[in-house]
Amino acid sequence: MSTVELSHESPESAVAAPILLGPWALMWRKFKRHRLAYVSLWLVGFVYLLALFGNFFAPEAHDETNRRGIFVPPQGIHFFHDAGQGAQFVLHADALRMKVDQSTMRRSYEVREGEIVPLGFFVRGHEYELLGLWKVDRHFFGPKDPEDVVYFFGSDRLGRDILSRIIIGTQISMSIGLVGVAVSLIIGVSLGGISGYYGGWIDNVIQRIIEFLRSIPTIPLWMGLAAAIPLGWPPLRTYFIVTLIVSMIGWTSLAREVRGKFLSLRNEDFITAARLDGLSDWEVIRKHMVPSFSSHIIASLTLAVPLMILAETSLSFLGIGLQPPIVSWGTLLKEAQNIRTIIEAPWLLVAPGSMIVFAVLALNFLGDGLRDAADPHAN
Amino acid sequence: MIQFLYRRILYMIPTVFLVSVVTFAIIQLPPGDYLDTLAAELADSGGLDEGTRQALADQYGLGQPMWIQYLKWMRGILFHWDFGISFEKNVPVNDLIWDRLGWTFGISVLTLLFIWMTALPIGIYSAVKKYSVGDYVATFLGFIGLAVPNFLLALVMMYVAFKYFGQSVGGLVSPEYLDQPWSWAKFVDLLKHIWMPIVVVGTSGAAALIRIMRANLLDELYRPYVVTARAKGMSEFQLLLRYPVRVALNPFISTIGWILPTLVSGEIIVAVVMNLPTTGPLLLRALLVQDMYLAGSLILIVSLLTVLGTLISDLLLAWIDPRIRYQ
Repeated sequence: MSTVELSHESPESAVAAPILLGPWALMWRKFKRHRLAYVSLWLVGFVYLLALFGNFFAPEAHDETNRRGIFVPPQGIHFFHDAGQGAQFVLHADALRMKVDQSTMRRSYEVREGEIVPLGFFVRGHEYELLGLWKVDRHFFGPKDPEDVVYFFGSDRLGRDILSRIIIGTQISMSIGLVGVAVSLIIGVSLGGISGYYGGWIDNVIQRIIEFLRSIPTIPLWMGLAAAIPLGWPPLRTYFIVTLIVSMIGWTSLAREVRGKFLSLRNEDFITAARLDGLSDWEVIRKHMVPSFSSHIIASLTLAVPLMILAETSLSFLGIGLQPPIVSWGTLLKEAQNIRTIIEAPWLLVAPGSMIVFAVLALNFLGDGLRDAADPHAN
Repeated sequence: MIQFLYRRILYMIPTVFLVSVVTFAIIQLPPGDYLDTLAAELADSGGLDEGTRQALADQYGLGQPMWIQYLKWMRGILFHWDFGISFEKNVPVNDLIWDRLGWTFGISVLTLLFIWMTALPIGIYSAVKKYSVGDYVATFLGFIGLAVPNFLLALVMMYVAFKYFGQSVGGLVSPEYLDQPWSWAKFVDLLKHIWMPIVVVGTSGAAALIRIMRANLLDELYRPYVVTARAKGMSEFQLLLRYPVRVALNPFISTIGWILPTLVSGEIIVAVVMNLPTTGPLLLRALLVQDMYLAGSLILIVSLLTVLGTLISDLLLAWIDPRIRYQ
């Protein structure tokens, strides 16, 4: 009986509320079903948030050196402390004292018994400009006393806090990915579009150039270009040039994809119809062709961002990309260039390295999810 | 086939010409030249006096316009097999590069073999056992392989090898074998070292190829011809290898075209980290001190050999798949 009743009701409600969703809403729906990609979207958002409010999240000033905190191993966060009247809940880290073995000149750190460094949220620390607008001295998390220093991810050879440097480095590394992608988008879409829309000899020339760029190993060429950057240049200009070099890597594949899309769309009925209606070339491209493959382009762009991040890191690591006063994940890893340093201070490699892998993985999953969602033929 | 070969080789000529021009333009880019680097280095010990500087500039032809320098360089290469001289070491480039180029390409080719040997079985397995635990593990490892930059993987592996296996790291042979002639013991020692750069450079390529193989094979596995073969009672394993895998194998050969350049690129970075006796460290050093003929020759030859490798892969593909020949 109950099944009969159900079948009575359901068609009515379905008719009463027909679901009308636009292509973007459909895409979003499909995207949300892709768990890993959906989680990655939040993770990527979180990383960009870190970049945007870098100084707020960084517990220390990223360039502050400390002679008594050289190569401090990562310090843990402890929850309970016994100050004589039983264990109490206090967020704290151990207070450390540096010890130098005079015969071997090796540094080591020992815990100072009975002393702790209390930690807290929204604590006072060094002053900075939030979003370049307001002078603030609050930090998300860190030691309650501004005089104390805690190295959650360890410190480097000058006693600088690795965690803060990674967070500040996020700004450069992640933005190079975005700016680089924007540049390759412009080159790739315009050249790919021209190539695919007009065909003929223009297509031939552009395709030969792309083939040429893809057939040679690019790293030596980009190494040559990057090595040509004079060391004395101001950081901003170096940053700009490195971004340009990095974007050279991505545009060829993008141009190919755009060309392919243009070629397949060119002969579709709705494009012919639009042209017969008297629309100019530019209008056909802008109003009909670009919207039909923009979702696909967004997905490819997302997949290009990690490639650029990796390229920047590699160049900076070799010492021919960004140079040290600029903090990026690549310049941080440069500190861990030889095996002796890594053995003495593995966190110099592990901390920035995991951050890169984390960001690149999240961006890859996100791009994969977007690509699946953008493909109308995938089920 | 002959015509295809002929056309393909004809296409190579403008590519090679472009490579040489671009290479030369890039090595000329940095402001100043090697003499500036030299002058800066000699600044402590009295500096480079104007007379010596002029003599050196004349000797190396540094004062001339760029295109004349280019033509001279090209003429030397084409007619005398002379790639110029290395400023820094003051010996002909020829004496410096060939051993290192041999290692670079040896490692790249071995890496390619490694990629095939791992990607083929893993790709087939992931496609046949879709959504199994093994498939997920392979997919996950594939993503990690794509996400970890080569040099980082190299550093991590060196650290692990040193810390937990006590192996000497860096270089292709242990220090004690460095200046010795080849012997069985040295060869064994080489094998103990060479796998590391191969695995490091090959991981990302293998990861990419596993994904391609899996996707292609999935397209083929449910085709009617597979069902027909199964209905006729063919054993599953034989069926798999004889039909769908053979069709899905095409990209393995066609990808040489883009995998080879990335392998060579990757090898160069990894070589710097692992201090291998290949082109990487030499090129980096040459670029940094503006030793332009050395840097230029390395970039030029590495690019040329890669273009040649791509040509071979195209010919192989045309030989295997007749459809491509007539396009």
